[in-house]
Amino acid sequence: MIHVVSATALSLSRGERVLFTGLDFSLRAGEAVALTGANGAGKTSLLRAVAGLIRPNAGEIAFHDGDYNRLDPHEARGREIHLLGHLDGLKGSRTAREELAFQCDWLGHTQDGVDDAIEVFGLKPLLDLEVRKLSAGQRRRLALGRLIGSPRALWLLDEPLGPLDAKWRAVFAQAMTRHLAADGLILAAVHDALPIPTRALDLGGLT
Amino acid sequence: MSGPRLPKWRDPDPRTPEPGAAEPRAPGLRGATRVLFERELSLAWGGGGGPLLACGFFACLTAILPLAAGGDLKTLSPVAAGVAWLALALSSLLSLERLFERDLEDGGLDLLAIGHLPLESVFVIKALGQWVATGLPLALTAPVAALALGQPVHLAPLTALAALIGGLGFAFTGALGAALALGARRGGLLIAVVVLPLFIPPVVFGSGALDRAAAGLSPLPALALLGAYALFAAVIAPFAGAAAIRNAQG
Repeated sequence: MIHVVSATALSLSRGERVLFTGLDFSLRAGEAVALTGANGAGKTSLLRAVAGLIRPNAGEIAFHDGDYNRLDPHEARGREIHLLGHLDGLKGSRTAREELAFQCDWLGHTQDGVDDAIEVFGLKPLLDLEVRKLSAGQRRRLALGRLIGSPRALWLLDEPLGPLDAKWRAVFAQAMTRHLAADGLILAAVHDALPIPTRALDLGGLT
Repeated sequence: MSGPRLPKWRDPDPRTPEPGAAEPRAPGLRGATRVLFERELSLAWGGGGGPLLACGFFACLTAILPLAAGGDLKTLSPVAAGVAWLALALSSLLSLERLFERDLEDGGLDLLAIGHLPLESVFVIKALGQWVATGLPLALTAPVAALALGQPVHLAPLTALAALIGGLGFAFTGALGAALALGARRGGLLIAVVVLPLFIPPVVFGSGALDRAAAGLSPLPALALLGAYALFAAVIAPFAGAAAIRNAQG
């Protein structure tokens, strides 16, 4: 299981534009880091780079286990990472039940993971609806379901709270607290503060 | 993966997860293959019925030809095999544009990329899904279309078989074209331009098999070449396709 994620001298660019250079940070088990910065500062790109979807210009991102052994990044990313952005990969033409089951099956789940996800995020009344009929908040809850349905150590979240109302923000805060208590790691790009204790990482950037 | 597992959600205290053997992580690699394949089939058939559209397009093309070229069997039957294969190749193009594009647009590709399976396997599963969802119905339509063009009845099973093998090649080269066109404007047109030249060998071999059979010769050599093309595509395309997808994501 991933215990430490660290980036050293990381530099990223999108197209011709350099987002940041020489970024160092590390994230340990049980810790949540709130990634802040102006629009276009590279928050989403950093999350995608950690997930291995963007190749950094320079520097590296490493994953270590509890004894500080290096983990194979492919293996670590294929088994221990959740990436959840505003693009949630849900298909409008399929029912919420099918999509939740697919996402959890695809990422690997424990026996009762899907049931827990349904219970925690109150998905039961939504299950037979087509995803395109869900509201933005309901859709987000369905997408968040995979965090619980498929237990993976590192949560990379891009504006996770956006469309949620106060009630579900509280529920999600509880889920995050729980995940951190279980030695999980959270790296979240946010504009509003997360409702849990976090360490800040500011990318600064454009104004 | 070695090391302690995350405790389950219901464990009373996350600091002391239940002792004992680690719970198997259902569904594992084979399970992941299955769920993705099923999803692909349900996406292809649900909402719009892409395969039906391809079959309808195929039938229309072959129905228009006799009207355009005159209904005389003497002019039609020599070109029946060739025209049927041309129509088959064009129909196979229809649903390719959405194959990866819709997953890129809605973040599905990101989800697929962080699964256990490498993108190469994702590509293979999606191409096989395309074959079963679109190639199979087209292979069943092909004999009917060829019959309408005046092909002898006894060639119908061979037509279906050749169309099925050719369909596998179409699915893999087509999926490669779809992956290469990811993120491009007018991707559909680009796919056609990239992929149609690659469709030439199966069209030549496939219609060759039917022509040989119609002339009383064994169709096996042409079928073997068709099969070789399909297998070649199935081996090469996943690596190129996965690289193209990574490039589009990055």
